Amino acid sequence: MTSNAFIAFQKNEETRCIVEAIVDDNPDAVVVDQPAMVKVDVPGRLVIKRATVEEKMGRDFDLQELQLHLITISGHLDESDDEFVLSWQS
Amino acid sequence: MSMDLRTITIQPLRQTFGHLARRMGADKPASRYMEATMDLQPMENYHYRPTWDPSHDIFDPKRSRITMKDWYALKDPRQFFYGAWTLARGRMQETASADFDMADELGLATGYPAEGKKVVNEVLLPLRHVAWGSNINNSYIAAYSYGIAISQATAYACMDQLGIAQFITRLGISLDEIDALAEAKQAWLAAPVWQGLRHYVEDQMVMEDWFELFVAQNFALEGLLYPLIYDKLNDRLNAAHGPVLTMLTRFQREWFAENVKWVDAVLKAAAADNPANKALLAEWIAAARQRSVEVLAPVAELAFGAEGAAVLDEVVQQLNARAAKAGIPV
Amino acid sequence: MDMKVSKKLGLKERYTMMTRDLAWDTTFQPMDKVFPQVGYEGIKIHDWDQWEDPFRLTMDAYWKYQAEKERKLYAILDAFNQNNGHLSVTDARYMNVLKLFLGSTPPLELMAARGFSMVARQMVGAGPRVACMMQSVDEYRHFQTQIHSISNYNRFYNGMDEFAHQQSRMWYLSDGKSFFDDAITAGPFEFMVAIGFAFEYVLTNILFVPFISGAAYNGDMAAMTVGFSAQSDEARHMTLGLECIKFMLEQDPDNLPIVQRWIDKWTWRGTRKLASVGMMMDYMLPKRIMSFKEAWEIYFEQNGSALFNDLARYGVKVPKCFAQTIEEKEHITHQSWIGFYMKPDACPFHTWIPAPDELDWLSEKYPNTFDKYYRPVLEHFDKQEKAGNRFNNKTQPMNCQVCVSTIKFNEPGDPMEMCFRETVYKGEKFHFCSDHCKEIFEDEPEKYVQTFISSHAALQGKCEPEGTDVNAHDYRPGARMHAYWRMDKRASGDFNGSEDQKNFAQWRDQATKN
Repeated sequence: MTSNAFIAFQKNEETRCIVEAIVDDNPDAVVVDQPAMVKVDVPGRLVIKRATVEEKMGRDFDLQELQLHLITISGHLDESDDEFVLSWQS
Repeated sequence: MSMDLRTITIQPLRQTFGHLARRMGADKPASRYMEATMDLQPMENYHYRPTWDPSHDIFDPKRSRITMKDWYALKDPRQFFYGAWTLARGRMQETASADFDMADELGLATGYPAEGKKVVNEVLLPLRHVAWGSNINNSYIAAYSYGIAISQATAYACMDQLGIAQFITRLGISLDEIDALAEAKQAWLAAPVWQGLRHYVEDQMVMEDWFELFVAQNFALEGLLYPLIYDKLNDRLNAAHGPVLTMLTRFQREWFAENVKWVDAVLKAAAADNPANKALLAEWIAAARQRSVEVLAPVAELAFGAEGAAVLDEVVQQLNARAAKAGIPV
Repeated sequence: MDMKVSKKLGLKERYTMMTRDLAWDTTFQPMDKVFPQVGYEGIKIHDWDQWEDPFRLTMDAYWKYQAEKERKLYAILDAFNQNNGHLSVTDARYMNVLKLFLGSTPPLELMAARGFSMVARQMVGAGPRVACMMQSVDEYRHFQTQIHSISNYNRFYNGMDEFAHQQSRMWYLSDGKSFFDDAITAGPFEFMVAIGFAFEYVLTNILFVPFISGAAYNGDMAAMTVGFSAQSDEARHMTLGLECIKFMLEQDPDNLPIVQRWIDKWTWRGTRKLASVGMMMDYMLPKRIMSFKEAWEIYFEQNGSALFNDLARYGVKVPKCFAQTIEEKEHITHQSWIGFYMKPDACPFHTWIPAPDELDWLSEKYPNTFDKYYRPVLEHFDKQEKAGNRFNNKTQPMNCQVCVSTIKFNEPGDPMEMCFRETVYKGEKFHFCSDHCKEIFEDEPEKYVQTFISSHAALQGKCEPEGTDVNAHDYRPGARMHAYWRMDKRASGDFNGSEDQKNFAQWRDQATKN
């Protein structure tokens, strides 16, 4: 069984866009709504693409801005200028 | 059910926490700095002795020869708790970053005259390693000092020094002098002019008494280095090549002006507590000042040529004035 | 402008220039004198440059984002306080969650702040040093924002005002204190496994995510804002803990058995610590968001399995206690709440018997255990209480020599039997709550014989309020524990009939009527 990588955000206008971008870029994404927070599970590998978030927001976006909204993550992290990736190898 | 919670007036049962009311001598509202700082470090009933230092408790006033009736007298006059500190630094970095962006955009940095660049490369860029040393030394104080008043302020100073090392690095990148950063590191490691200073920085890294380290690093060395470079040398370069360097070293200058208020307040409070402290501080200051002057002399000469000794002497007078104002005879 | 292209550095190269390129190997002083602690635990590091920096925040970016978070947080806090936000929480029982939280959490965040400063000073590599010092100041942020958010509640409700005094004295806070004292007195690598990995990565989600979501659900905007804002730093901290484990395992195969022993030890110690968090979720939140059991399944079992499956490639095994914690998830919160209910004179927060609909909720969430073992006990206490016969256990508890919990948990496989272990060391007998704690003791007896157990210390006259004359003819050890604790009697015992309950009702009344 593939483990889930996940990420959770505080709910706000910015993270609405980020979650939409994740759903677009990760076809297996499952969005879980909870009071004041939203969690997204993806089997194996979860990617956030800067370009997709920018499209959703209609403005430039620096992936380090994720810092403002994060609640928790699961998986190994690899971050570049263009992608924020969480993954499990097994 | 509609509730208008704003309009009702209710009488609080108390104004503040018990430990703060006892400290203030009255139950009255306390500042966020006090709430975030005072009397919070554990002082009793430790479970275990450190395996890395079994002769002391986890937090132990005996890690310094300085004694205090109240360790929370070492207050920060800036009243920096995390929120106040990070907001202040957030504003400073915003201005500094905007300056860098503007200098990059207008080509002010890359167009800085070659003579000026040479001085920056040779004198300023190696200082990123001095800042890194200060970062290590302040993390020692943040780790092993006594009471949250001093530990939090040194933890913030430790991050400030990392920020300064990074702003100097950015200065190198902005002047398009990435290679110069590598050369500056080489000079720091091998060029005779820097070895005295590096030796002193490394000696500080093995000092055991955290308060002595505070005096050596934050009062003496920085108290001479910052005016020497960011006032005296900066003035000279500006006179010759225009004010670009002032823009690109703004963070350090603002930081130092603010930081001395805290450093001096800590010394003043410790000296005021008892005569033994005062004598010890005077001894430490004299020793650190002498060593700092020795190791900075070649750097001053590199920066100011034959006038180096005279310029260094001016900043020594400033340092002596600060000590006197803190009530410490030097 | 073409010059600019040449110096456009990527995130990774730029970060390297901004951190590890600043460091050098000292030559005037030997490296092992500058960094004296990295060797004695037996961890072998061959190349510090192999450390991968997970988050690459330079200080300018750090200050920018953290300042933005702080601005938002304090704006919400100020508005919440100005509008008497405390009256908008679900009901006054909720305040007891805050009391437990204030007593137990900020003091531990403070220890994390100091501990990470220590590790930041001791690590040789610039990568881990920078990450640790950043975590250190983040932890200052956490305990300070927590205190600031609860400060206004303290003005109106009892039992929060002496948290700073009680952190080192209160018997039930001793388990958390021993956890952090244990970690901070260990070497730098064990501290990283204890706090960076076991606490931050494996367990912190349980502490914060469901709890803070619960605070939101109960109308506490202040705690919700502070909690979620703190969690935004936590992602960075978790990543640091995981990176440190990988780094040790990749550096040398000899590190594996040491790391495995620490993972076993600290996962267990953390699990014990979480019993009171679970109790908060199941019993103390007036509106519940999920049961402790459900949170445990999501954040420990599923997430923990993902983690340990992944680490299996290094030879790491699932922590020894894993199976036992899965069995215990259906018991510990009930045992803890009943334990606190039975000691109404000794805690600065209120307890109560859940209302019938709440008991039904617990039955539904814990179908295997609640009706069988715990509901009858609670219903019995309820009957006794109504008959004027409120249960009150005045005896000194027996504590585990390692985790310092009151010995109250059940024998694995037998919920009706209390688990109890003992061992003899140098002629003295020591008691434990479990096999895991006994094993931890036996691995390092010289450390754990030192544990400060307040029920023992009190009998030795070591828990007396300032100014007590232990030589007085009428001196009785432990007779003045309430003064020693500075415990406000108005804050203890039953919620029903308490001053908090009356005040809250009256203030709410004022707000809803003309």
